[in-house]
Amino acid sequence: MDFMPHTDQDRRAMLAEIGLGSLAELFESIPPGLRARSWDLAPGLSEPEVSRRLQELAGLNARGLTCFLGAGFYDHFIPAAVDALLSRGEFYTAYTPYQAETSQGTLQSIYEYQTAICRLTGLEAANASLYDGGTALFEAAMMAVRRTRRRKLLVGASVNPIYRAMLRTYTANLDLEVVEAEVLDRGSLDGLIDDKTAGLILQNPDFFGRVHDLGPCFAKAAEHKALAIMSCYPLALGLFKSPGEMGADIALGEGQSLGLPLSFGGPYLGFMAVKKDLIRAMPGRVVGRTVDGQGRVGYCLTLQTREQHIRREKATSNICTNQALCALAALIYLSLLGETGLKEVAELNLAKAAYARQRLAALPGLRLVDEGPWFNEFRVELPQEAEPIVARLLEKGLAAGLPLGRYYPGQERNLLVAVTEKRTRAEIDRLAEALEALS
Amino acid sequence: MVETIKEAKYTNEHEWVRVEGELAVIGITAYAAEQLGDITYVELPAIGAELEQMGELGVIESVKAAADFYSPLKGVVAEANEALADDPGIINRDCYGQGWLVKLKDYESQGLDNLMDAAAYEVFVGGL
Repeated sequence: MDFMPHTDQDRRAMLAEIGLGSLAELFESIPPGLRARSWDLAPGLSEPEVSRRLQELAGLNARGLTCFLGAGFYDHFIPAAVDALLSRGEFYTAYTPYQAETSQGTLQSIYEYQTAICRLTGLEAANASLYDGGTALFEAAMMAVRRTRRRKLLVGASVNPIYRAMLRTYTANLDLEVVEAEVLDRGSLDGLIDDKTAGLILQNPDFFGRVHDLGPCFAKAAEHKALAIMSCYPLALGLFKSPGEMGADIALGEGQSLGLPLSFGGPYLGFMAVKKDLIRAMPGRVVGRTVDGQGRVGYCLTLQTREQHIRREKATSNICTNQALCALAALIYLSLLGETGLKEVAELNLAKAAYARQRLAALPGLRLVDEGPWFNEFRVELPQEAEPIVARLLEKGLAAGLPLGRYYPGQERNLLVAVTEKRTRAEIDRLAEALEALS
Repeated sequence: MVETIKEAKYTNEHEWVRVEGELAVIGITAYAAEQLGDITYVELPAIGAELEQMGELGVIESVKAAADFYSPLKGVVAEANEALADDPGIINRDCYGQGWLVKLKDYESQGLDNLMDAAAYEVFVGGL
């Protein structure tokens, strides 16, 4: 017999209660194109059939592309030890256990992750992670709104456009003013930032790969008592000034570059660190270290109540879970590399990007858009529109980069190229030769 | 028996208010502090915030619970007790003195008539 959650009579009673005549009326607000076309599912398959079908589908993915695509998510090398440790049964869960204190090992790993994020960002407190870079940016913006009791957010135009789109979506029905403007230096804030601004949100390196010292901009935000919020690329922090050194109140970012594979839709990792006085305004959980009655070290969920327990309806944010497994991957990655290793990886990125810049700039008709300084990504202007060229290079096994016209009208000829430590000289030469052949 | 002070008036949400010239000083009662246990954090309103009588004034968190506290009078926030940021335990030690929360100015004094005096509050707590 089919599963019957409710009878026709039940449905009629429920519809009558909310004043509707039919189920169709209930779903009318969903655009027709988004409604289910049919519930007549295909007959069930046997396990070997399912396996074959899924392999066919997986085979449709592009494989073995040489990746110069970045734009917020990067093709970094992941040591095999990351997965080997991560997939141990003791760790293999995406969640913080509900009886948290009985899982001391999990809490210890989260505590160490928080410590690593604090050291990386130069700030005093980190949470146990968030969903991804974009949600972390939204949460940081809302912290600024709550803390300052102001309603205006100023966002740099070269903050990742995906994050900005998420911010616009999340804030669409809130009484907030989100101003997006090109912020390149302190002077460009004149007339933009004022005593009604809750937060200044900037990114470093910015979406075009340019590296900035945001210190002067953040100092100006502080003069107006607005919070300084920095979205950052964690791997770049091995080499550049930290958000803390630049005077950021909140640092956040996408943690994918720390040992997580590229995957459409994730799972990814949002990290966040703040100055000490903002701890209680921060969403999510914070694990603390303490000692028990006999002086033994133990770990506990120090801050969690706001989201899930005694404050419920007054919670700081709607985020109450985290990405514990992804955070653990980041911790293992950072522990394997250490301070020196992280710096060396960052230097490799910088050096390989420098070679690629020089190689591409020498091609006829190609021009570097920005002078630098840069990290591992840069804009190059092509003689024609980037979109069709990228499509043709894909056929040659090259993911050449992001055509910037997709997000920035007027930049149709600009290609955003990322060069990680994984790219070899031969691969960079191959990109240059392929571009030359098409230009 | 619950500890009170004679010169204050009380709400049924366990706040007290005492008039000091132009200002109305607000805190939570000994009963509230004892029920909450060790207080770990106090979220205070912004200076200049305008409040209705029994409007939300802030949040107190303790090792056991988190609770809102309310303004016994309509008025404007003139001062918030900064010392609580570093040592919220002052409330547990001296809730009617150093552990005050907020001082209101331009308060509506006729609102005091809606509040309990110490004796009435003691009876109220006795019935809880």
